[in-house]
Amino acid sequence: MSDQASSSGPAAAAKKEDEQEPHASFGQSLRDSILEGHTVTIIILAIFTGFVVGGLLNAFTNTTVLHAWGNFFSAPGHAIAAAWDTAVGAYVAMFEGSIFNPHTVAALFQQASFATAVHDGYLSAVFNPLSETCVQATPLILAGLAVALPYQAGLFNIGAEGQLIGGMILATYLGYGVSLPFFVHVVVCVIGGFVGGAAIGWLVGELKARTGAHEVVVTIMMNYIMIYFLAYLLSFGYLMQAPHTSNEITSPIAGDAHLPLLFGSHLRINAGFLIALACAAGIWWLLNRTTTGFEFRSIGKNPSAARVAGMNVERNWVLVMLIAGGLAGLSGGTVIQGTDFTLNFQSYGTYGITAITVALLGLGRPLGVVLAGLLFGALDAGAPLMQAATGTPVSMVQVLQAVIVLFVAAPPLIRTMYRLRATRAGGVGEVMSKGWNG
Amino acid sequence: MTIADRVPPVDLDLAARPPSSAFRRWLAPVTFAVFGLVEIFVLGLNAHHGDATFAFSQPFAKVTVPNLSLPAAVTCYVCGALTLLVAAVRAFLPLGPALRRVAIAVVIFLFIVALLCWADAGLTTAVNVVNLLQGTLNDSIPIMLGALTGVVCSRSGVINIAIEGQLLLGAFTAAMVCSVTGSLWLGLVCGALAGSLVAVLLAIFAIGYRVDQVILGVVLNILILGLTTYLYDDLMVPYQNTLNSPNTFSVFKIPLLGDIPILGPVFFDATIFLYLTYIALAGIQVGLFSTRWGLRTRAIGEHPIAADTVGIPVIAMRYRNVIAAGLIAGIGGAYFTIGSVGAFGPNMTSGEGYIALAAMIFGRYTPFGAIGAALLFGFTTQLQSIMSTLNTPIQSNLLLMTPYIVTIIVLAGLVGKVRGPRAEGIPYVKA
Repeated sequence: MSDQASSSGPAAAAKKEDEQEPHASFGQSLRDSILEGHTVTIIILAIFTGFVVGGLLNAFTNTTVLHAWGNFFSAPGHAIAAAWDTAVGAYVAMFEGSIFNPHTVAALFQQASFATAVHDGYLSAVFNPLSETCVQATPLILAGLAVALPYQAGLFNIGAEGQLIGGMILATYLGYGVSLPFFVHVVVCVIGGFVGGAAIGWLVGELKARTGAHEVVVTIMMNYIMIYFLAYLLSFGYLMQAPHTSNEITSPIAGDAHLPLLFGSHLRINAGFLIALACAAGIWWLLNRTTTGFEFRSIGKNPSAARVAGMNVERNWVLVMLIAGGLAGLSGGTVIQGTDFTLNFQSYGTYGITAITVALLGLGRPLGVVLAGLLFGALDAGAPLMQAATGTPVSMVQVLQAVIVLFVAAPPLIRTMYRLRATRAGGVGEVMSKGWNG
Repeated sequence: MTIADRVPPVDLDLAARPPSSAFRRWLAPVTFAVFGLVEIFVLGLNAHHGDATFAFSQPFAKVTVPNLSLPAAVTCYVCGALTLLVAAVRAFLPLGPALRRVAIAVVIFLFIVALLCWADAGLTTAVNVVNLLQGTLNDSIPIMLGALTGVVCSRSGVINIAIEGQLLLGAFTAAMVCSVTGSLWLGLVCGALAGSLVAVLLAIFAIGYRVDQVILGVVLNILILGLTTYLYDDLMVPYQNTLNSPNTFSVFKIPLLGDIPILGPVFFDATIFLYLTYIALAGIQVGLFSTRWGLRTRAIGEHPIAADTVGIPVIAMRYRNVIAAGLIAGIGGAYFTIGSVGAFGPNMTSGEGYIALAAMIFGRYTPFGAIGAALLFGFTTQLQSIMSTLNTPIQSNLLLMTPYIVTIIVLAGLVGKVRGPRAEGIPYVKA
């Protein structure tokens, strides 16, 4: 990182000469794009900075480290080493929990034969971290798309949480309330999740289109309405509460409604991940290869111009919020059908909030959302092991995610920090700022 | 000055506008009538036999007011009839904007009376009106202060969704500082500064780097939520005694005023936070509408180019206002810990910053409007807790939804369009 920073001075001079030549080589344009603070560079630097800030925070709130700093003047090396160990130890544990843990490979090779190792789940254990990352990423990708798609159309959907709850409620109800043949049941539940979320999204879009109510406030309010609605549903036996219990929990959904596991019973990765990837591909296709997608993007860039060009802005708002709500609902459905199997008051977790950060880190683009979802999914998957191994609380992940996104949201800050040149055109910096009224 | 002088306050002319359609024309009377019918046929007919008792004084009050017993069912019928009367008046007589608001207030009041009569009918426990109002006022303090912060920021042209984060960091900091130093006042000051710190971030990114303010506010909220939860888990849980066991401000009864029956305990028998709220309200109301600062603030929120033309430093003023307003929300946050509960808990503001945002919009970006809306929202929460202690079949979760539903209805313009300052959320770029 520091190489880039220090070399930017001479490179700036070199760039001026480059501009004289009509055809810059691939290498040159690559170097230029890095030095100019191209989108990807900014994001990578933001993630890097986020991890550094997170590591510092972790190191300087740790008691051992603080004690070591107390003795800084007698043993300065010790203090720095303790800080480094704490920060790096947490990240190593997180990596082992989310991507690859060498101990599992060692355990695999200690088995007598490969066949028994596979049978006893030692092979699965090797892939378990990756599987968990995908499991955590599934709802984040779907809910992230639910924020990203309206973002492309100029709407900011903070309501993924409420829409997700809507999807969860309907998917769960269809899961335990009706009995259908195998396969049909899964499909019906998945569609139910979509519909449950889409209904909430549609309401927001309709209100925006008909009355101009700002979607940000409406979606915030809808989140709370849905949370209380869920609490209401879960508190009565004749609504959704499981019979013979006083806990706020539904009956488990039928086995037919579970999303099929992809790699055997030892790994939790399920068809929900494929649904998420398919949705991301679908949204990419919608945005880039269809008239509707073109209209969405045009409206996002300039609603007035889109209107003059004959597009029905209001209809598109309703449509985009409906699809977005559906995606968020689907996200809730995959949680219920893939991993949780019952709905309780904790089921909606922080997916709706993290979805916003996923979409912002992914720059509102489908591929970006998938990558951001995988990154944040990995953080979530690695967090429990990090807490167990190093005592760093799981909530550290939330700080990391927010810091990363804060840096992504403010490219000029990253440019200043790393002394990158200003872009000639485009880049992340061009966030369109709008008021309530526009 | 002259151009800024002509910028009208946004919200005053809108209420006077005649209803635009038959829908708008009939909406209010029909809603009123529905309330009246509910009072008669739902509450009145279903009320238990017996009286509903209302208590108007707290134990050990110097001047006691006798309890009031009302025949429950009859009271419901009377309230219903009066509400229907108001509906008829609203439908057929031309009322000015002020009277229309009075009509809404009367309808809401009658409905609450009927609801409480129905809930308390035949029970031996009295509904203590003083406790109800006192609780409303005290529990609404963070919402009121948050909403006032929002008003100042919006009027300066900056959207502040980070109120939630300001409250949360204020609560956290106040608890921690107070635990460590043992000084409540230091805790209060640091809580206020913490709110201001979030405002500094908001200002730097929104005004300086021109990041989209809505996105920024949400990200800041997530950041503060993550940070406080992390620090709570990492520091406050293991060192509960030293880092998270603050004192709380005790109640300070204002001499004489505090002894007035009913009004005294409600308004003048509270912690310092309520009195600070009065000061903030008065200060912002007078400041915004009667001082040079207020005129300039409204100018940079409505038409920054015009303001700049007459020599008002738009950017600098926005910075100052946003950061100073952060102090108010920080005090509101401190109330959560050193004003009421004591210890900090993760996400203990539980969305009250968003309610404050709603109250600000509901209150049409005016200090008094915002405070009124905040109190209405706070009252719903109090009503819900009273209803649950009286074992009524009303679902507390459904009752808790009402502030949010009301906000959406207001926002959708069904009850009168709210328009924010024209330049709100648009960063100013000096030409």
